[in-house]
Amino acid sequence: MTAAPRPHPVPTGTSVRLTVNGQPADLVLDPRVTLLDALREHLQLTGSKKGCDHGQCGACTVMVNGRRINSCLSLAVMHDGDEVTTIEGIGTPDALDPMQEAFVSHDGFQCGYCTPGQICSAKAVLEEIRQGIPSHVTRDLEHVSFSDDELRERMSGNSCRCGAYANILAAIREVEERA
Amino acid sequence: MKFDRPATTNPSDRMAVLGQPHTRIDGKLKTTGTAAYAYERHDAVEGQLYGYPLGAGIARGHVLAMDTREAEAAPGVVTVVTTLQMEKLPQDDRNIVRLFGGPEIVHYHQAIAVVVAETFEQARAAANMIRVTYDEDTSEIYNLAEKREMVEDQDIQTHTNVGDFHTAFGQAEVKLDATYVTPPQTHVMMEPHASIAHWTDGRLRVWTSSQMIDWHRQALATTFSLDPEAVHVESPFIGGGFGGKLFLRADAVLAALGAKKAGRPVKVALPRPMVINNTTHRAETIQHIRIGATKEGKITAIFHDCVSNTPPGGAGEDATNQTRYFYAGEHRLIVNRLAQVRLPESNSMRAPGEAAGLMALEVAMDEMAEKLGMDPVEFRIANDTQVVPENPSQKFSQRRFVECLRHGAETFGWTNPKPMSQRDGDWLIGHGMSGAYRGAPAQPSGARVRLQPNGRLIVETDMTDIGTGSYTILAQTAAEMTGLPMDRIEMRLGNSSFPVSSGSGGQFGAASSTAGLYAACVALRAMIAERMQADPDTLDFRDGQVIDGARSLPLSGFASEGEMVAEDKIEFGDFRSKEYKLATFAAHFVETRVNAYTGEIRLQRMLSVCDAGRILNPVTARSQVIGGMTMGVGSALMEKLDVDDKRGFFVNHDLAGYEVPVHLDIPQQEVIFLTGDDPVSTPLKAKGVGELGISGVAAAVANAIHNATGVRVRDFPITLDKFIDRLPPV
Ligand code: FES
Ligand code: FES
Repeated sequence: MTAAPRPHPVPTGTSVRLTVNGQPADLVLDPRVTLLDALREHLQLTGSKKGCDHGQCGACTVMVNGRRINSCLSLAVMHDGDEVTTIEGIGTPDALDPMQEAFVSHDGFQCGYCTPGQICSAKAVLEEIRQGIPSHVTRDLEHVSFSDDELRERMSGNSCRCGAYANILAAIREVEERA
Repeated sequence: MKFDRPATTNPSDRMAVLGQPHTRIDGKLKTTGTAAYAYERHDAVEGQLYGYPLGAGIARGHVLAMDTREAEAAPGVVTVVTTLQMEKLPQDDRNIVRLFGGPEIVHYHQAIAVVVAETFEQARAAANMIRVTYDEDTSEIYNLAEKREMVEDQDIQTHTNVGDFHTAFGQAEVKLDATYVTPPQTHVMMEPHASIAHWTDGRLRVWTSSQMIDWHRQALATTFSLDPEAVHVESPFIGGGFGGKLFLRADAVLAALGAKKAGRPVKVALPRPMVINNTTHRAETIQHIRIGATKEGKITAIFHDCVSNTPPGGAGEDATNQTRYFYAGEHRLIVNRLAQVRLPESNSMRAPGEAAGLMALEVAMDEMAEKLGMDPVEFRIANDTQVVPENPSQKFSQRRFVECLRHGAETFGWTNPKPMSQRDGDWLIGHGMSGAYRGAPAQPSGARVRLQPNGRLIVETDMTDIGTGSYTILAQTAAEMTGLPMDRIEMRLGNSSFPVSSGSGGQFGAASSTAGLYAACVALRAMIAERMQADPDTLDFRDGQVIDGARSLPLSGFASEGEMVAEDKIEFGDFRSKEYKLATFAAHFVETRVNAYTGEIRLQRMLSVCDAGRILNPVTARSQVIGGMTMGVGSALMEKLDVDDKRGFFVNHDLAGYEVPVHLDIPQQEVIFLTGDDPVSTPLKAKGVGELGISGVAAAVANAIHNATGVRVRDFPITLDKFIDRLPPV
């Protein structure tokens, strides 16, 4: 227990160029910085949430090159050259995206902490079904449907402890039907 | 304003804005990620450092030594604060166990250090370099069933002993005698506890995530031996609480200690795997229930005995509360026991008492109905009471439980099918129902309204919105009372410089805080009446105008010379609890499928019919109830903290190990509110619903599973291992 302290190398920063919500972002980062913390702490885009930092809750969901990922499970330095879309890039209070509007009108949230992640996932889910990507509950691989269970299954990586699930489903359903 | 008799007609009765399905006024901020939660307050203060906590690796014993040399030498580290550097910090009355300081360890993951560094990654890495030597005490018993036999007399409380239970039960024609277990549970609010702390000239500012601003302020003052006036607390957005953010927790203490030592602001979030053992949980309960009835289904004798775990000085989970009030019956014996178990602190979680109590009582009622050959809906109706059974002179201010049951049965299409009588292919279908009871307390609550020259109204109160909808229902209250449109109301919440409110907890927040704002608005109306030399009771506030007979003046005109400020606070007289019993009621109905081969449980639909006085906003009230229903599904099917009986901690301490319901677990949910006001409750005639929604739900699910399979599981949650060997042959 009394081992002499080992000297630590000073971590050198690594340059990363991201495109975040259409804007270039040049960062020099400790390689241990997750994509989530690059967004939240370095770019101060705090719309993406940290619920667990372990890939267990979905609060940190963002789009990278058009696909949704848990940004807490990915190091920022792995994303050099990538296009990242966060909730801030989806809409603003003055110009809500239809999915955001639907979340408001169906009360698809309570505390709001899981909400940015839910909205990023919801938008991605509709796109995944449109592209015919099957899921665990898909019955007919040729025709992936917009059934309630397809939506529920695909949203199941986004936990909402406030329990807004039924209202979130209604919001996604409305956007899907309007599209 | 003193509320010392039931409300009569008042301006809130207009219900032009109140009671209307208004969407949340903070909705645009929350859906765009622009609502900033505690850890995200980059705007709060310049130069924030990162603090990363270290939790104890033993459940009980002492820290002998902490070698911090390596951590202190690590890149970016500014300072390290350890528990050995100070005595145990003064402890607020509301905390049962210490938060920091001194060598003694009383629970696993008790905070023992915080590393402060320039970046999060540096602080986290250095926290792992601290070498701790412990003297571990392994003599403790952590198993509740074992501890149940060792409860001391002073930890046994007889709530009710009326009539002669033992004789009446002995003579009863039909009897049930069963024991139920509800597991320890944890809140899992999605935002972990987090705080930023900053010291200037001996004053402490904290941006945190708190349900109760003033409790946090007082507790910080106690902890750091400060005048409460020297402590400022802000918490405008809270990522869920459910009782887990009522009291000061280690995040704020560590941030304040780190900031003091570093001389710079520090922010600390509890890492998710530390939240469960570092903070509080709902205690485990073992509940023994005996019910005796006549052949016709009248309860004659009822017994409820509960034991739960708590560290010394705590209250555990008293799951007997609803049994005192819910069903009639002449002979009653109700006992609560506290087993001293030195696990982390057990404390409030959504509907403390009733949530666990109804999991047992409402299954017992179902079992009893089955023994009687009665419809469980009818059995409950037969034992309804309009007075408190142990004290018949006290009557319920409003109790429409029978209406909930009948309305629910009709809406759901309840037919009381026989167990194992419904099937759809590989799936057994079950219907189940339960009743719900939850008290309707109220707390003093203050507010300030500031009418602006531009005709806007600023509302200030330290009330919090933990997802409950406080921002919206308070704005609706102000709009109703002043006749201003909703977009002219500017809400400011969660700040200790505003009047002290009820805060959010115990299902009292909505009813109390709107009553406090009502009082402030009545004060503003009185000031305006005085200026107009009119009778405040005859003035009409509508469409931005103040109308006195033929005279009509714009409201904004009263602030033309400068803002007009009114402040008041509601206080509740004891008639509310002495003459009446105030409570909320519900009936839950559930349809489930159970796979005949695999035992997989899939809920099909859920219905709740609620009786909770005036509903201030049906949109946010419904959300509170579906949220409770969802958590109730978790209680029924998956939520359980697993205790390591030898090492004394919760093993599954993250979101992968502690499972909560996800989208696919939750079916269609319907909520119906009975219309009507309860004038005994508050001037707005409202009661809370946030905890009613979870109460009883797990039992309805359990009863539906029994109805599908014929199997009764009395040990929650109902996981496959507990019933697969008892499924009917396929
Ligand atoms: S924060 Fe990334 S999954 Fe929870
Ligand atoms: S809205 Fe609170 S966790 Fe989803």
